[in-house]
Amino acid sequence: MSTLEIKDLKVSVSTDDGPKEILKGVTLTIKDGETHAIMGPNGSGKSTLAYSIAGHPKYDVTGGTVTLDGEDVLAMSVDERARAGLFLAMQYPVEVPGVSVSNFMRTAKTAVDGEAPKLRTWVKDVNAAMSRMNLDATFTQRSVNEGFSGGEKKRHEIAQLELLDPKVAILDETDSGLDIDALKVVSDGVNRFREGEGKGVLLITHYTRILRYIEPDYVHVFVDGKVAEQGGPELAEQLEAEGYDKYLPAKV
Amino acid sequence: MTVTDAARESVASALEVDRVNSHLNPPPSYDLADHPVPTGREEVWRFTPLKRLRGLLDGEASSSALTWTTEIPAGVTLSEIDAATAREIGELAPNDRPSALAVANAASPVLLDVPADLEVEEPVVLRLHGESVDDVVWGHHVLRFGAHSKATVVLVHTGSARYSATTSVVVGDGAQVNVLTLQDWDDDAVHLGRDAIRVGRDASVRHTSISFGGDLVRLHANVEYDGPGGEAELFGLYFADEGQHLEHRLFADHTAPKTKSNVLYKGALQGQGAHTVWIGNVLIRPVAEGIETYEENRNLVLTDGCQADSVPNLEIETGEIEGAGHASATARFDDEQLFYLRSRGVSDEEARRLVLHGFFNDLIRKVGVPFLEEQITATVEDELAKNVLKGYRPATA
Repeated sequence: MSTLEIKDLKVSVSTDDGPKEILKGVTLTIKDGETHAIMGPNGSGKSTLAYSIAGHPKYDVTGGTVTLDGEDVLAMSVDERARAGLFLAMQYPVEVPGVSVSNFMRTAKTAVDGEAPKLRTWVKDVNAAMSRMNLDATFTQRSVNEGFSGGEKKRHEIAQLELLDPKVAILDETDSGLDIDALKVVSDGVNRFREGEGKGVLLITHYTRILRYIEPDYVHVFVDGKVAEQGGPELAEQLEAEGYDKYLPAKV
Repeated sequence: MTVTDAARESVASALEVDRVNSHLNPPPSYDLADHPVPTGREEVWRFTPLKRLRGLLDGEASSSALTWTTEIPAGVTLSEIDAATAREIGELAPNDRPSALAVANAASPVLLDVPADLEVEEPVVLRLHGESVDDVVWGHHVLRFGAHSKATVVLVHTGSARYSATTSVVVGDGAQVNVLTLQDWDDDAVHLGRDAIRVGRDASVRHTSISFGGDLVRLHANVEYDGPGGEAELFGLYFADEGQHLEHRLFADHTAPKTKSNVLYKGALQGQGAHTVWIGNVLIRPVAEGIETYEENRNLVLTDGCQADSVPNLEIETGEIEGAGHASATARFDDEQLFYLRSRGVSDEEARRLVLHGFFNDLIRKVGVPFLEEQITATVEDELAKNVLKGYRPATA
């Protein structure tokens, strides 16, 4: 079972002109096994939602609640959230020079599971996950995200998703900058994850393209820090045809 | 010919290579009068807290010595020589007051001799231990590597003393040499050191300085070249705690064409008053056409109250070179790196350890002294645990 419940979430960032509210009351529930797509124009607050759920220190939560299976996510530290079962695939994964992918993955897996993975099966699992993502065996010896191409970074994120096996995955524009082959590889990875029991996915994207490969149960249109409309997969098709214009304030 | 005459001649002939004198690096001289007691305002002394030298620069005579425990592979010899022999071997004359005092006051120079063509797999290990900071100790060493020899020499400093030493590393043509000096002193030690390296034709030298302990450590690593084709890598790693002053001064003097120097020093600082200084001087003399040089210093500042000074200097007397560059950066833990690691479930403490480990890891692997790698890594982690991690431990621990 895994339910991620976001209620009336309000989030600000501090700017030179004082705090600026980015999320203005977001309510969204991802139930057991559901995939939700969040679509919206640039600057609508989609990524802020993702990073706020993950606990990035830059964002101040000023109101509302986020719970995972009833547990108060907002009261948890960043790493506690991950250990509780949240995973954020980042749009711009960060370089960590001198730390190998292999060391990083093992450390993360140990942290999430609360015990070190069994060495023999772990190496096999890692190699298999890499190979499914079309990453060659030497990839694990490289420093985390250092010198990776855009596509390699995203595939590395999804390899982590498969290995860490969280309850709910938040994918922040994982599709951006991917060519069609890489998009398929990444989508296959997410779909394998979804096959697991009760896995939730919050898929944040600017484009409808990825939704052809990862079919959502619900689509939310995100505008100006709020959900402006929600519906089924057909809403994505409508957006594909009409764009976001009708949700935006009329241009003068 | 007297010894003094010989010295004068060798200094004179050194200067005649060409007529450029580095304004940052005065010409070498055995004469103490050429190395007046610093006031602290000199460019080369301005970063050093002179009071904390505890009178070492007064040059008080002393018969105290460090205790040497050595591991010497077959074929390599360690012996005492006289000062005249040290000069005949071609040691590099002192270029500052501490090294001039060390030569003047040390009982007799110690020669480590690796004969020509000898290749030794096992490292030469010299463990130098001091009993007390009350002891003033002068050291005068020559490491001679014959032509086409291959060897690794590791010096480990522990305990405490007020210690000033000069070590010449004389590298024959085509030799491959790895010298590492580890400063693992007790908290109160004072250490002034100058490692002066002359690289033979087509020889390659790696010199690594690793400083963890001591109240004040100020080390020079200087390199010059005896002929074309010589290569030098000067590496360093330091971790300064509360109140520690760790200073590393590099000088790559490109005295011959087609030579290379590559400098990489990385440091971490934590605690009130932790102070590190890195000075990277490079002089490319007119004769040094076709040379390549790069120097880099990176500092990771782990807490408030630390100061990292980092000054790269390039003096270029010829533009006919392959390349010359430098980089220096001093930063705190990167919040985005920590967030990324923590978003994968890794605790804040473990994330910091990983980042720090990564920061030093590349360098530790480059050092090429496998038996010390684990110890160095462990010391880095112990240092981190000492201070930075304290605040992050659960209150119940």
